[in-house]
Amino acid sequence: MEKQSKKLPIKHIIGYVTSVILTFVAIWAALGSNLPVMWIIISIFLLAIIQAAIQLFLFMHLIERGMGNAPWNMMFHGTIIFAILIAGSLFTMSFGFM
Amino acid sequence: MNASEENSKPLEYQTEQGQMNIVGFWIFLAAEMALFGTLFATYAVLFGRTADSPAPGELFEPGIAIVMTLILLTSSFTGGLAINDMRRGSVKGMMTWLLITLALGLTFLGFEIYEFYHYATEGATLQSSAYWSAFFVLTGTHGLHVTFGIGWLILLLIQLAKRGITSVTSNKLFIFGLYWHYLDVIWIFIFTGVYLLGMVI
Repeated sequence: MEKQSKKLPIKHIIGYVTSVILTFVAIWAALGSNLPVMWIIISIFLLAIIQAAIQLFLFMHLIERGMGNAPWNMMFHGTIIFAILIAGSLFTMSFGFM
Repeated sequence: MNASEENSKPLEYQTEQGQMNIVGFWIFLAAEMALFGTLFATYAVLFGRTADSPAPGELFEPGIAIVMTLILLTSSFTGGLAINDMRRGSVKGMMTWLLITLALGLTFLGFEIYEFYHYATEGATLQSSAYWSAFFVLTGTHGLHVTFGIGWLILLLIQLAKRGITSVTSNKLFIFGLYWHYLDVIWIFIFTGVYLLGMVI
């Protein structure tokens, strides 16, 4: 069989090391820093989104020869549904009437 | 990427059926996103409704949540390395990485069971309050997915040992890899939205 990937999976290693670092940055922001609570919430969710993108692009080969646009399409629309469900529920149930 | 790599698709994409399976699995993952979206939304709405039971900030321990996160992240990484070895045609390397992935998945599950047991002894169960119901359903659904993934991986390992890397087994293992990485994506949001947030607020 023809060699189709490198001996050293550089993409995976970069993704893994970055994810570990981002995890610890998030832990520090949440537990160790003195930032205002709103800033902590925003920053840890941003870090989570970056980590999710690392998984999708570097580990799951979201964009790869042989697949066309389907994976990208599915994840994009899945994310929109995910965001509407959560933001919509919070708006109607918790914050909308203030 | 050079020209010869551009022309040769990985083995798991080479049959029409194989491509369809992978596209179908991406559709399934989008549906999973809707499932976890509803569970996260329920959790977010019921946040703080702990009634007489302990507040999450009192029970959550940073240590165990961090260990679980790192274990699942590492198992996602080793699962990726297994697929990398599969594309190099190395059955032995692949088996090794998959067994490590399996062991890490089982360790994660052990920690989760311990964690749930610990909360139950502290007076936080599924029946305690709206908040804890939402918590156990959300993390429990993720745990159930991990459990299912472990069973799936064991069956695939047996098949891999018997048949080696073919266009059929490579397709199945690639799809398993997608599932396993996806579980880590969900866990990142559970770790952030449930554990870190529960300890901050």
